[in-house]
Amino acid sequence: MMLIKLSQSRPIEPSEITPEAVYTQRRRFLVNMGLATAAVALAGYEPAAAGAAVDVNLASLNVAKKRELAGGERVTAYEDISHYNNFYEFGTGKEDPARNAGRLRTRPWSVLVDGECESPGRIDLEDLIKPQALEERIYRHRCVEAWSMVAPWIGVPLTDLLRRFKPTSKAKYVAFYTLFDPAQMPDTARGVLNWPYREGLRIDEAMHPLAFLSVGLYGRVLPNQNGAPLRLTVPWKYGFKSIKSIVHVQFTQRQPDATWNQLAPQEYGFYSNVNPSVDHPRWSQAKERRLGELFKRNTLPFNGYPEVASLYSGMDLRRFF
Amino acid sequence: MNRLLPWRVGAWALGIIPLAFAIKWTFQSRLGPNPVEFLEHYTGDWTLRLLLATLAMTPLRKLTRMTEPIRVRRILGLWAYAFLCLHFSIYLVFDLSFSVVQLGEDLVKRTYITLGFAAWLMLLPLAITSTNAWQRRLKRRWLTLHQLIYPAAILGAIHYLWLVKADTREPLIYLAILLALLAFRLPMPALLSRTGGSAGSSSRAS
Repeated sequence: MMLIKLSQSRPIEPSEITPEAVYTQRRRFLVNMGLATAAVALAGYEPAAAGAAVDVNLASLNVAKKRELAGGERVTAYEDISHYNNFYEFGTGKEDPARNAGRLRTRPWSVLVDGECESPGRIDLEDLIKPQALEERIYRHRCVEAWSMVAPWIGVPLTDLLRRFKPTSKAKYVAFYTLFDPAQMPDTARGVLNWPYREGLRIDEAMHPLAFLSVGLYGRVLPNQNGAPLRLTVPWKYGFKSIKSIVHVQFTQRQPDATWNQLAPQEYGFYSNVNPSVDHPRWSQAKERRLGELFKRNTLPFNGYPEVASLYSGMDLRRFF
Repeated sequence: MNRLLPWRVGAWALGIIPLAFAIKWTFQSRLGPNPVEFLEHYTGDWTLRLLLATLAMTPLRKLTRMTEPIRVRRILGLWAYAFLCLHFSIYLVFDLSFSVVQLGEDLVKRTYITLGFAAWLMLLPLAITSTNAWQRRLKRRWLTLHQLIYPAAILGAIHYLWLVKADTREPLIYLAILLALLAFRLPMPALLSRTGGSAGSSSRAS
């Protein structure tokens, strides 16, 4: 079964395309915002037809099942999800990755899996995905910067991938590394972060059924700026844990380095679970602004995924933030 | 008189043009996925730029030996304050939903907000006393009072530097320009006599 179709096998039906008039309506509120006075009503911003304007140059993906795991919350517009990215390898501005990530070559792509496991090796992206059924999962995504979105990812449970390499009992953690290639990522020359970007999970976190490996978004392969061709999606943790464009996975005995944690350990913990009661030293984490909305909403513990709480029972989450 | 006109037009343009773009983009829905953040950054950037422009007028006057820069300084300073008020208002409305409790919490807990708020407070009396009448009324004290722009600008630049996550390039550029402009005001008799300025004669409160 070939699940990733590089050809455009499923052209968009005319019925799926949102008329431009409807699409542009979603931002008509901004006119009101311009006029808004101090007494502006707390009426929310209503993005209509979130599926509009998907990049049709990206290959479409078939999924075996779909799961809505964001409490029925409105899915964020594709345009917003794909034009508001933190991917410092392509620039530190939010719209830089959408502009610059075109230089990233996502095929062919392989991932090296090694460390504390019985069958380490290098595996092609196509082989990695093929034996499993792709599924769509709609997850909340909460950035440490206090903005958030709801995205329809396509991918496979992380645990399905990790099990194939037979981690041993010494495998207590899993480390992940992003591609580091200055030729494709000119912004890495500035050394804003310690490249390659790296992240890590405890093995039980990585094996949790919610931990997901995304290869697609909105029915198609990932746009480069969202971490193509393969990225982590850990919905109960701040977004920077969900590492993009992964080339190396390593099972380790010790807690691996994580880029932001290395840069400022007092600000970005290794765990970085979404927690409204533990503030970032420079800003509150109690509220967040959903992309497409004007006012802030309350942030939920574990980003609204209480089923992961048992992973941390007995831990002081103020200390292990 | 006619020599002043282009300077006045230029100073007004520095305020009106960025404001007009902000309004245009707002109405055209071109503020990106996070319009509140965009406007906060935009108004913050322009506050700092206009403060730097205000502080550049004294060095410009000394270098060019023209008096026009000093005569448009007030326009620039008031535009800087207008952008600062917009910046603060957007934060109050959209980040805090007018919550005084949350403002208090931010002021106590988050130093960059404390610094920014302090800068706004310092510049408030400057905006109020910017008129000719107040200038006459306060006489020499007016000059002393208006030296508050120095600490306010420093706080503003640090406010920016403090809030960025990792990429400090832009805030450091603002800070470097600010420090250069302030350093220009330090007494440097040897340098000034060579460039023709007279140390101390007109370097106050500018």
